Amino acid sequence: MINRNPQLDENGVLQHLLTTEGLPAAILLHILDTAESFVGVTERDVKKIPLLRGKSIFNLFFEPSTRTRTTFEIAAKRLSADVINLNIAVSAQSKGETLLDTVNNLSAMNADMFVVRHSQSGAAHLIAKHVQSDIHVINAGDGSHAHPTQALLDMFTIRRYKHNFRNLRVAIIGDILHSRVARSQIHALTTLGVPEVRVIAPKTLLPKMVERLGVHVYHDMAKGLKGIDVLMMLRLQNERMKGANLPSAEEYFKYYGLTPEKLALARSDAIVMHPGPMNRGVEIDSAVADGRQSVILPQVTFGIAVRMAVMSILAGNQA
Amino acid sequence: MKIHIKNGRLIDPKNGVDAVQDLFVAKGKIVAIGHPPNEFQASRVIDAQSLIVCPGLVDLSVRLREPGLEYRATLESEMSAAVAGGVTSIACPPDTDPPLDEPGLVEMLKHRAKNLNQAHVYPIGALTQGLKGERLTEMAELYDAGCVVFGQPDGLLPNLRVLMQAMRYASTFDFSVWLRPQEISLTGDGVAHDGEVATRLGLLTVPICAETIAISNIILLTKEIGVKVHLCRVSSAEGLAMIRAAKQQGLPITCDVTVNHLHLSDMDIGFFDSNCHLMPPLRSSSDREALRQGLMDGTVDAICSDHAPVDEDAKLLPFAQSEIGATGVELLLPLTLKWGAEMRLSLSKAVAKMTSEPARILGINAGHLSIGSSADICIFDPDHYWKVTPMAILSQGKNTPFMGMELPGRVRYTLVNGHIVYEQ
Repeated sequence: MINRNPQLDENGVLQHLLTTEGLPAAILLHILDTAESFVGVTERDVKKIPLLRGKSIFNLFFEPSTRTRTTFEIAAKRLSADVINLNIAVSAQSKGETLLDTVNNLSAMNADMFVVRHSQSGAAHLIAKHVQSDIHVINAGDGSHAHPTQALLDMFTIRRYKHNFRNLRVAIIGDILHSRVARSQIHALTTLGVPEVRVIAPKTLLPKMVERLGVHVYHDMAKGLKGIDVLMMLRLQNERMKGANLPSAEEYFKYYGLTPEKLALARSDAIVMHPGPMNRGVEIDSAVADGRQSVILPQVTFGIAVRMAVMSILAGNQA
Repeated sequence: MKIHIKNGRLIDPKNGVDAVQDLFVAKGKIVAIGHPPNEFQASRVIDAQSLIVCPGLVDLSVRLREPGLEYRATLESEMSAAVAGGVTSIACPPDTDPPLDEPGLVEMLKHRAKNLNQAHVYPIGALTQGLKGERLTEMAELYDAGCVVFGQPDGLLPNLRVLMQAMRYASTFDFSVWLRPQEISLTGDGVAHDGEVATRLGLLTVPICAETIAISNIILLTKEIGVKVHLCRVSSAEGLAMIRAAKQQGLPITCDVTVNHLHLSDMDIGFFDSNCHLMPPLRSSSDREALRQGLMDGTVDAICSDHAPVDEDAKLLPFAQSEIGATGVELLLPLTLKWGAEMRLSLSKAVAKMTSEPARILGINAGHLSIGSSADICIFDPDHYWKVTPMAILSQGKNTPFMGMELPGRVRYTLVNGHIVYEQ
């Protein structure tokens, strides 16, 4: 059966941000443009604006996270919202309450927005499908599926440094198979018109039909990095080392870790990005992470502006 | 009770009958076709004008959820659902709690089912104790208790040594062995076909080779041992090609597909629709096409509903955590008719896939309208389209990917042993 994109209402207005897939470029650009206007706010002495005054935002983190949760919290507070943080991994779910029971209970406390992180692909979609129509859901990462605000802040960063998307070659490097960040990046990049998106990884870290997402597949850093303008590194989860995905962190670093030598294969003005937290010496060398071409810390700063933009577009008092 | 079914179009694939003829039932048996026996006084006349009169359907996979899983469904609810779907004989997989691995459990199930006086229940005995794949069950005792075949139609296959011994032991008594081909070490926590949809949605996958490797092993063991094997719920084009080749070699292998895999593909998962969380997973549209063709050319012997009622809460979870299965016993007829119509098949050919063919696989005397046989009869309106809604479904499970769809074929009467057990 054909389902309407669950993120948009019948007029094509954004109701939830669940994935970058299927969103028109105009909506993505509107988020980026709105974020631009908030970058100034975050640099002012008085950092608050009243767009979400009186709104209640629940951070529902069913999976631990420091950085993402914190940036959502800061973003909400700068918009003058009331923020409630719930680490559900250690509360209700361990008592056997289901995901939707938890959400229904919180809805009864007059929530306006849920920011959801969950270990299962599709959790945010499930919640969005079952909340009252006036509640908005932002996916802050679901399983291996999507992490749209991370992808949007990455797009914001790329536009800041490269000005537009139309002439870029972008490489995403690392554990594509398990990465919600990579999937959201790929959809955002292709929607925004990046002509060439590459993924570089050993075959054990690539989903079977990844080329169907519109990317070129490389297994060799030397070939894959040639002519690249933007390098998007992915975090390699430690647990991947335990299974049969990879033999060792050392071998991975040798062939896929980003060192200054490998970075030199890309364009000389290429930028290096990473969604954090980094495994130095596994997927990225400190000399690169802290080097001239790294934009990893600006990414974090822009993350706040981008999350402010998403929240204000979804639930802002009509400006 | 004597029943006269008049003016109906009789479709009896096994006997090659497709004609408007009256049918007469007495003492639970079909006593005459065409003309009434001498001094036949019907106590009930059913006017089957513009309806199809065919053998009661035989469904090779219906979970009744008893014993042990009554919160999902009960024998009462699912037996009512079966006859509402025109199904008069059902094979029940052993994946109950506890599994059907002891004669006492099987006897109890048979007894409970018999008291309900509805469809005939044929338990599939567990091939190994607790379905754990370690020790053989008492197959001969289980047979005496009422099991007709033995298998591991769900869950893990035993390791190859145990499987070989189980097949060898079953062949001693000429029992057939039912297996769902899936290599567990390649399945892991996979929930979806290894294709574009799983790639987009970030779901763990069950590769096709999990099925083909298992089929290959089973074919080789069948060749070695000579046991009758039925492969449950084949899902892939490649797997089917292997089965076709094995059949051409004359191996005693049969297989079935589910109504779900006949009509759906992984694309139907859409945005994580947990009603499409099925096992084996829904595969690509080209696999689906191969299953539809395989059924036409006889590689696939039968269609089953793979009925698995799930309580609503168990589906209101993220896709991978939601429970596997779909309710289906009431959709076997409509979805088979839909397939037949789409393939431009005669009604008789479509009806065979849910009557005479599954009866042959199960080894039971059912699925035909021969004079003298048990009056298990389904009378349905092939042109009546009805909407699948929670109200329209009697099963306690309301979980189906077909919810909301309009499907052809509504059962009007179901007879079991000459009794009208359902009418609408």
